[in-house]
Amino acid sequence: MTLTFLIDALITVIGITTPILLAASGELVVEKSGVINLGVEGMMLVGAITGFAVGFEFSDPWIGVGAAAVAGAATSMIFAVLVLSLGTNQVATGLALTIFGVGLSSLIGTNYTGFAALPFDPPFPEYLAQDPIGRVIFGHSAFVYFALILVFAIGWFLSHTRAGLVLRAVGENDFSAHSIGYPVIAIRYAAIAFGGAVAGIAGANFSMVITPMWAEQMTAGRGWIALALVVFSGWRAGRLLAGAYFFGVLMTLELYAKASSYAIMPSQFWAAMPYIIAVAVLAFISARDGRSGKEPACLGKPFLPNG
Amino acid sequence: MRLVLEKRLEQSRTMVVLTPILSVIGVMILGVIIFDAIGYDGFDAVWQLFITPVIDTYKWRDVATKAAPLILIGLGLSIGNRAKIWNIGAEGQYIVGAISAAGVAYVTQNMSGFWIIPLMLIIGMTGGAAYAAIPAGLKTRYGVSEVLSSLMLVYVSVQLLSYLITGPWKDPNGMNFPQTAQLTGSQLLPRELGETGLPPGILFALVGMIIFAIIVDRTVFGFSIRAIGEAPQAARFGGFNSNRIVWAALMISGGMAGLAGTLELMQLTRLNLGYPSGYGFTAIIVSLLGRSHPFGVFVAGIVLAVTYVGGQVAQTVVHVPNATAGLFQALILFAILASDLFVRYRIKIKSSAAEVRA
Repeated sequence: MTLTFLIDALITVIGITTPILLAASGELVVEKSGVINLGVEGMMLVGAITGFAVGFEFSDPWIGVGAAAVAGAATSMIFAVLVLSLGTNQVATGLALTIFGVGLSSLIGTNYTGFAALPFDPPFPEYLAQDPIGRVIFGHSAFVYFALILVFAIGWFLSHTRAGLVLRAVGENDFSAHSIGYPVIAIRYAAIAFGGAVAGIAGANFSMVITPMWAEQMTAGRGWIALALVVFSGWRAGRLLAGAYFFGVLMTLELYAKASSYAIMPSQFWAAMPYIIAVAVLAFISARDGRSGKEPACLGKPFLPNG
Repeated sequence: MRLVLEKRLEQSRTMVVLTPILSVIGVMILGVIIFDAIGYDGFDAVWQLFITPVIDTYKWRDVATKAAPLILIGLGLSIGNRAKIWNIGAEGQYIVGAISAAGVAYVTQNMSGFWIIPLMLIIGMTGGAAYAAIPAGLKTRYGVSEVLSSLMLVYVSVQLLSYLITGPWKDPNGMNFPQTAQLTGSQLLPRELGETGLPPGILFALVGMIIFAIIVDRTVFGFSIRAIGEAPQAARFGGFNSNRIVWAALMISGGMAGLAGTLELMQLTRLNLGYPSGYGFTAIIVSLLGRSHPFGVFVAGIVLAVTYVGGQVAQTVVHVPNATAGLFQALILFAILASDLFVRYRIKIKSSAAEVRA
């Protein structure tokens, strides 16, 4: 019984971690380019409803996931045009993007409430996921494997490729990057579009796998946890992965506390816990790193090549 | 011939006033196009959304009811906007303000006296300010971004509310509904201001606007806030303490959110699960659309309140979905942010010939 319980809990943790890991991985790339996009929650919601609706209409969930990525990227382009081409404040614009995403997804979603999402075929043959060990390794949705591959790929891209080096240069010193001929604005557009696409997929993970249906504001603040995760990680992919699983454990505690009748604390305590811990960890990390910080030097600052 | 952006030496005063108006008009035109495209009568939808609540005097009470909290929170946020301090957790301070005032109501439910209402208002403001003190302390002490910390605390406050109304503060005569007991006569403001039919909150908003106008335009504190916003480097050299500005901005916006939350509690007469309304987020749009000036914030609060009321009208008349108002509020914010370009830059038409000569 205990083993089954532990295996079940582990599988829940891995599943629940995946969308925040995805969204945070995308945002990591955006922030490495020197831009902070606070619209993650909004892009996730647009991705969630698009993935659900398109998958539903085409009777093929994979087309839905593709559409969610496109929708997330398209939504992020509103933000990109405003902050990169018009030089608007990134905090206010990102916040506007979240409000926009909440509104747009609710608008599209009115026709899709009350339906169940189409199930995905499991990525591995079912006989591999029979015994407990097999389930932990092979028994997840494709999103789980995609997120793990993506975070390792991003870590490798940022530290071992020339393109990753250029991206970091743009985020650390945009004027130098510009003066040696790198297209700062174009690189940032690409990074924002990538972040948007991944946030869209993260949203689809919610509406198509975790709670396979559409509900207004179903991401319930996970986009903000993803943003905090990027800060916790010190802008490093490896720590991002560890941090995401840490929050996955906290969120699983909430689920179990709600389900069991002998909870030590009220369920609201466990629901608030990830956010309380997030604030505490932010304080701890900021206190340790001091004001110098590990963030990209140009984070949040507009780049206007002509002054 | 091509268009060239030229940086203005000073922000254009005309554009500061003109761009919010043009932004709202632009969003209305865009709205007609969007609604037509998705199969509604676009003109009718936008008319119901933006115009009906203004010309239909029966809707004024609703508009004033929604405008009051938006203006009060927006006034508080406008101080931070000027100093580029982003309290995006006003929704949480609004909820904690209401919870604090409800705590006073819980303790005084068998008492009567003229002092109860002022006490609720003061404790509500204090509660909101105290909740904003968390991001303020974390920012000034450890350098934690107030953006993320204040936002995270919104989710915590929603859970606290949920716990209180399903647990210790649950109405014993409420047939097991998750809600607090109804406020008593000594805990409620009059529902209407005399013959006008308007809610008392709008009077608080009006007085708030005047007080903020005096603070911003006539005091040293107002001057230092403006100095930080307009020339941060110069202000720092001028000896303005940035930690003090962080504290001031968050305490003021938290306190105003707490006040708005308390007035809303008195309007609704009890707390329930539907209490978190998103006013704290919409108020960010209000403060930016109002260009962080008290008069502007007052007008912007009414405009955003109109979209809430108009959204309900458009839902019943044109059958557009409930979420429409939120979408339009976001579009207004996009428009006002984009239009900043005209405040900071002048658009010049250069002929190719001139360019060759140059």
